[in-house]
Amino acid sequence: MRRVVITGMGALSALGMSARATMDGMAAGRSGISALNFKDVERLQIRIGGQIHGYDEAAHFNRQELSFYDRFTQFAILAAREAVAQSGAALAGPKTGVVLGTSGGGLQTQGENFRKVYAEGKNRVHPFVVPRLMNNAAASHLSMLHGATGPSYTVSTACASSNHAMGQAFHMIRSGMADAMLTGGSEAMLCFGGIKAWEGLRVMSKSGCRPFSANRDGMVQGEGAAIFVFEALEIAEARGAEVLAEVAGFAMTADAGDIVMPNQSGAERAMQGALEDAGLAPADIGYINAHGTGTAGNDTVECAAIKAVFGADTPPISSTKSMHGHLIGGTGAVELLACIMALREGVLAPTINHDQPDPTCNLDIIPNKAKKAQPSATLSNAFAFGGLNAVIALKGPPPRQ
Amino acid sequence: MAVNVAEKVIEIIAEQAMIEPSEVALEDTLEKLGVDSLGLVETVFAIEETFDVHVPFNANEPGSKAFDISSVASIVQAVEALIAEAK
Repeated sequence: MRRVVITGMGALSALGMSARATMDGMAAGRSGISALNFKDVERLQIRIGGQIHGYDEAAHFNRQELSFYDRFTQFAILAAREAVAQSGAALAGPKTGVVLGTSGGGLQTQGENFRKVYAEGKNRVHPFVVPRLMNNAAASHLSMLHGATGPSYTVSTACASSNHAMGQAFHMIRSGMADAMLTGGSEAMLCFGGIKAWEGLRVMSKSGCRPFSANRDGMVQGEGAAIFVFEALEIAEARGAEVLAEVAGFAMTADAGDIVMPNQSGAERAMQGALEDAGLAPADIGYINAHGTGTAGNDTVECAAIKAVFGADTPPISSTKSMHGHLIGGTGAVELLACIMALREGVLAPTINHDQPDPTCNLDIIPNKAKKAQPSATLSNAFAFGGLNAVIALKGPPPRQ
Repeated sequence: MAVNVAEKVIEIIAEQAMIEPSEVALEDTLEKLGVDSLGLVETVFAIEETFDVHVPFNANEPGSKAFDISSVASIVQAVEALIAEAK
């Protein structure tokens, strides 16, 4: 089996318009959560989120492109552009594919056009509504823009979408099905319909995202994308590429329990599986990017699962959702940046807004301020509604041959 | 009006618990009636739709006093207060 490495990364989030800016925001413990701004926001109970303010689509794309690019596709294209430029990998051809995660896909296109036909009584919509809203639009546009003609598709498993997607990309390169993959996730759910639906579930916070704090009162959504170039180690080495990290292991499990409440065993088995797949012992892990949604349901169960897997000596964990919000189908991709930053730069991103310890979450959650440490391996957790769990293990770059 | 509110709230809870309204007592807890966390969220939604009020309920803080769900009686009281506020 081939070894798989990351040679490029790109991102957009409420913390910044690049992977670097997003990681700098994490390192600084900066909050990207602010008042939401979009049509009909005044009809919502929940009015905060990790929205990318000041983003002007016309500054990045022309009118014809925009007729095909929903906001989630735009984010993916911009993040991929950055990742590909950094990687320098040759992506055109049948041994390269694109696997992306998203949950809402072109939700804004859907919402705007539903508004036109239902609320405004219009009988006609733009001819490209379907290709613009489809969940695979971003993956397809990346394949077209970069000439990747190998295995390409979209994975949609709610909050685990991009971890599942990146796990698939990893498997394809490891098995030899592909040499390089564009992978990650994108989400643009911060619109009236997107938040209204979540509001109904009564799990969103009106005040802020405080994962693992006793006074946490729910999740806060974010938007954006992160895209990576995964490549076979031997190919990256042969072309002298800089390796950012090694994708060491991946595991996925299903709770087969409840449609919304998490299950400790499912989370445990996913973390345990990722360690085994990577050939790592629990003691090798120096940082976990937790799922850490700030809900009553997730945080306690996740901490118990981490304790069960790691025993008394649990590594430091943090939820960067406290800063960029929960990007749902794109969240694992943005959060992988925190793992890469830990491995490459020795900076563990904090969990901000921590103001009251919770005895059920009594791990080192890196409260409020980033911490210096040099892990040699990390885990990134994603536990989705529907009980679908996906955990990725990264290691630092292997020594140059 | 008060009797009516109690009757309606009991009807809503009974539907979620999949029992007859006559089997619901005011001192019962939702847990005793077998209403789980999703049933509770649906109960809150049905109350909002029935009485045209906004219920300040967050599933992350089930013990919050903003909307007391400790018993059927406390829910009825809380709904009556919300209706009075809305007037």
